[in-house]
Amino acid sequence: MTRTLGFGQAVNEALRIAMETDPDVILLGEDVAGGGARSGEDVDEMGGVLGTTRGLVKAFPDRVLDTPISEMGLLGTAVGAAATGLRPVAELMFIDFLGTCLDPLLNQAAKLRYMFGGKARVPLTVRTVTGAGMQAAAQHSQSLYWITAGIPGLKTVIPATPHDAKGLLLAAIRDDDPVIFCEPKSLLFSTGEVPEGDYEVPIGKARLAREGTDVSLIGMGATVRMCEQAADQLAQEGISAEVLDLRSLAPLDEEAILATLAKTGRLVVVDEATPRCGIASDVAALCVDRGFDFLNAPVKRVTAPHAPVPFSKTLEEAYMPSAAKIVAAVRQQR
Amino acid sequence: MQLDRAALLDAYRRMRTIRAFELKLAELVAAGKMGGFMHLYAGEEAVAVGVCQQLRETDFVASTHRGHGHCIAKGVDVGAMMAELFGRATGCCKGKGGSMHIADVDKGMLGANGIVGAGIPLATGAALSAKLKRTGGVAVAFFGDGATNQGAFHESLNMASNWKLPAVYVVENNGWGEFTPTEFVIPVKDIAVRAGSYAMASAIADGMDFFDVYEKAGEAIARARRGEGPTLLECKTYRFMGHFVGDPLKYRAKEEAERWIQTRDPLDAFERRTTEAGLASSADLREIDGQVDAVLAAAVRAAEAAPLPDLAEVTRDVYVGGAA
Repeated sequence: MTRTLGFGQAVNEALRIAMETDPDVILLGEDVAGGGARSGEDVDEMGGVLGTTRGLVKAFPDRVLDTPISEMGLLGTAVGAAATGLRPVAELMFIDFLGTCLDPLLNQAAKLRYMFGGKARVPLTVRTVTGAGMQAAAQHSQSLYWITAGIPGLKTVIPATPHDAKGLLLAAIRDDDPVIFCEPKSLLFSTGEVPEGDYEVPIGKARLAREGTDVSLIGMGATVRMCEQAADQLAQEGISAEVLDLRSLAPLDEEAILATLAKTGRLVVVDEATPRCGIASDVAALCVDRGFDFLNAPVKRVTAPHAPVPFSKTLEEAYMPSAAKIVAAVRQQR
Repeated sequence: MQLDRAALLDAYRRMRTIRAFELKLAELVAAGKMGGFMHLYAGEEAVAVGVCQQLRETDFVASTHRGHGHCIAKGVDVGAMMAELFGRATGCCKGKGGSMHIADVDKGMLGANGIVGAGIPLATGAALSAKLKRTGGVAVAFFGDGATNQGAFHESLNMASNWKLPAVYVVENNGWGEFTPTEFVIPVKDIAVRAGSYAMASAIADGMDFFDVYEKAGEAIARARRGEGPTLLECKTYRFMGHFVGDPLKYRAKEEAERWIQTRDPLDAFERRTTEAGLASSADLREIDGQVDAVLAAAVRAAEAAPLPDLAEVTRDVYVGGAA
């Protein structure tokens, strides 16, 4: 049975199932319970700044931990707990806050197993909100998953639909390696069909969101919908666009990217993040390196510019990728 | 420093401007005229104004996500602030910063900050500049109770004390870290005791009482200017509104907020104190109220009529020399 759920509700459902099926799963983060939920007064808990974890503290009072605003401490503690028998889901409220707490991920979670000769496991999931589109400005709108995707030892996933949010989060929590689970801000209140019950979406597998023959549009997170909108517009011009949703940034589903390129010969990759050292550049490099013979046109990257995210709505709209920019990139290839 | 009548009325004007500014923003957001993440300072006015009335224009302050009050107290133009929050080209950050990054370095305001605790080391750096360049300046970090659980707080206090920097660390303890009661996440009752680990002077002020904040901030700032090192000043205050604009506030008991709002409003306390002492009359204050409301109405009109930023601004100001 499926029903229509919001993206945040799908995440909430995955957390609940993970906690029901494994007593080692704990949640910790700033305001993941939040408010007076424990005080006995007639007040409700906040359940996270965006309400995603609402209700869980009541169901699992000992396993939902509000931390102080101490990202370094909370992530480091989650890494230590993961290495010693728990399966923590830590919430980093916005991925921008990675600036305050990179070490536990970069030098600890990512490296313990390797440094210890394979004797450690760090089954940690870090849920974090990414992306622009809500005028949250320079320090709350970044798409910094390219940092975690570039660190050996970490996995990074970014669902584009409520269906995949639930399934990927369950897979991430049950994965024995540290996984960064990105929740695109502009999708948090989107809805979609979500199956009931327990299911996983495998990490490392892209999703073919739409079949086409003339050009491949590669998206991730919020840009998948932009690719689909662009595909609709291109269809009116008689151009058949295929849309591939990466879902997993590390590991990257290279075979799926090469397969769609082999089919269409043209590829546009669309990323909300800044252009340097990023996922879009990785995909472009892969196409040149392993897909050169398939290419009938230059690979185009549609990304944010090499600049911080501006506040003003006008500037933010100009900053972000869009269906119109994707269509323009496809036209440039022809 | 004794406050003369003009300084008193100026303090009231600033507190009243902050209150009216914040209420106006809540109204504009509700009307869909303004967007973004916004955190209002209503209830805490006596802290920003009590401290900043002791500062010079050349002194620096670093602020928080709840930064409008610090801007107004430090003398940032409310017209430029309003334009900024409307995302206009005439904003004090050209529409690129918004509420969480509102700033005017020319007024000694080093910015609101989207990262909890991040302003504390920035102010520490401003104090280091003042010391090494012998400007006689002082730097003030404003931050919340939640920020004192960040490493940046402890690391900064340690360095500042060790180096005897001319800094004042003002913790606005409003009882709530976002949606979590302070006592859930801080085991000490008075945050001021945290100064003890750093052999730093400390004080506790009633953050709802302008005069108490003014006096204790004055002592701390004077100590810093004399080269005798930093102070941790804890101001006990209260956040009248939600963590952010749009916060449903279901996590906080209504009676708690009503009690503070009804009995501890810093503007009411100021009025009682000054009128009872014969330092100002209610008529004086009502006249200021009218002037403040007129200034804000004009600020909104000007901001709404102001041009949107040029799209080329997206990639301007990334580097000093222009685009990379």
